[in-house]
Amino acid sequence: MSEFTYLFRGRETTASPEQMQKTMEKWVAWFKELGAKGHIKDPGHPLEHTGKVVKGKQKIVNDGPYAEAKDVVGGYTVIEATDILQAVELSKGCPILEVGGSVEVRPIQKFNL
Amino acid sequence: MVTALTRVFGVHNIALAEDAVQDTFCRALEVWKFRGVPENPSAWLMATAKNRAIDILRRERTARTFAPELGRLLESEWTLTTVVEECFGANEMKDDLLRMMFSCCNPRLPEEAQVALILNILCGFSVSEVSGAFVSTRAAIEKRIVRAKKLLAASKTLFDVASVAEFSARLPSVHRALYLLFTEGYHGASAEKAVRVELCREAMRLTAVLLEHPLGRTPVTYALAALTSLHAARLPTRVDAFGDLSALVDQDRSQWDQGLVAEGLKFLELSATGAELSEYHIDAAIASMHARALRLEDTDWGAIVSLYDTLMTIRPSPIIALNRAIAVAQHEGPDRGLMEIHSIADSTRLATYPFYFAACGELELRRGRREAAREHFRAALALARNEMERRFLDRRLNACT
Repeated sequence: MSEFTYLFRGRETTASPEQMQKTMEKWVAWFKELGAKGHIKDPGHPLEHTGKVVKGKQKIVNDGPYAEAKDVVGGYTVIEATDILQAVELSKGCPILEVGGSVEVRPIQKFNL
Repeated sequence: MVTALTRVFGVHNIALAEDAVQDTFCRALEVWKFRGVPENPSAWLMATAKNRAIDILRRERTARTFAPELGRLLESEWTLTTVVEECFGANEMKDDLLRMMFSCCNPRLPEEAQVALILNILCGFSVSEVSGAFVSTRAAIEKRIVRAKKLLAASKTLFDVASVAEFSARLPSVHRALYLLFTEGYHGASAEKAVRVELCREAMRLTAVLLEHPLGRTPVTYALAALTSLHAARLPTRVDAFGDLSALVDQDRSQWDQGLVAEGLKFLELSATGAELSEYHIDAAIASMHARALRLEDTDWGAIVSLYDTLMTIRPSPIIALNRAIAVAQHEGPDRGLMEIHSIADSTRLATYPFYFAACGELELRRGRREAAREHFRAALALARNEMERRFLDRRLNACT
């Protein structure tokens, strides 16, 4: 088994409370399914949409990230899968895809010494 | 949650309190996506809202003034957390609910606006849910609520429930608003549903909160509690298995909620002290006559007619006169009933009320005058306000052939 990180980008900005609740329930169901199959290594966390960005040798601190809502990373999860193909396949159930968001699937580099 | 936050922020910051609740809700949903819904979501939300309140108070302490009555306690870091904790405690929350309830029933607001505000702030109904409850457009209700909130915010402090004189003076408005909330659920003119149990339930919940307060525990409040319980006991049969309205005479009495009947009768007994005989007392007494009669033919119609007579002296209205006439018809026959209906003083106000014509139709039918009955039911049908009323009247019309 290899580990992968899902980076979730994009968020609904115009949903009603009822819609948001429905979306949340879909996420819970999706996580439950992944968990039941033993793919969840760490459910991870949602991230606040703003923070600080520290840059360069001068260590300049800016508010940010100032990206468009669809590009901001909104959360992460660490999963286990046999290979990237399976990790990608599993990510297709993510409810974020229904609302115009994306899932970035990144293998975690590991060195087994 | 809005009430507790308004208590610490001050009523003039009600918009801030609402934003904080919205924000708490959004954050909760984000976290639950990843971590699952906790076992006790409402406790979780409360705790989050409390922390959010402390954050906001710290951050905006210099920019805004918060609840003046908590004033200095919120300024010091030593007392801030404790005060907020207290405001979110179970007992305080109930008091907050009462303060907000009384603040909403400001006599400077029209009664409908008071009820809209209660639904929005105390019951957590969204603007579109409130407009659904009132058969009004979203825009109109939004305007009404915004205007009402402005008036509320302008008062700077929440209603002081500790002042005996002010409490007693405002109590009748609160009774009235809760009564309207209940009847809106029970007889409402909603486009989709004739009975909205959730409105009835909210009215009963708030009445129970009122009963827990020593100053709120008056005979009139007991009467209101009796009347809502006794009517609510019949809710399971008000709509039949097909979702259709069912008349009192046709209801399956074994389906009435006997627990609520017993509770209602107990409240009615508790209401029978003091000198004041309110309209709620009489209304509850009439409901108890029906609830006590296990079979339709056991109903003491004579007693009901005289209760309606009393009600007419306290709160004369054509609708009550109509109900009285129906009771007379049950007691002395359809001829007498029709005479009573025709002698209703202010019957022009009934000209758009479908059940006025339905009652005439029913009594004509009982007299065997099918053609006249049909005419009346047709008139009623043309005035029906929702699909359920339409189907109900349609069935009655078909019964005439």
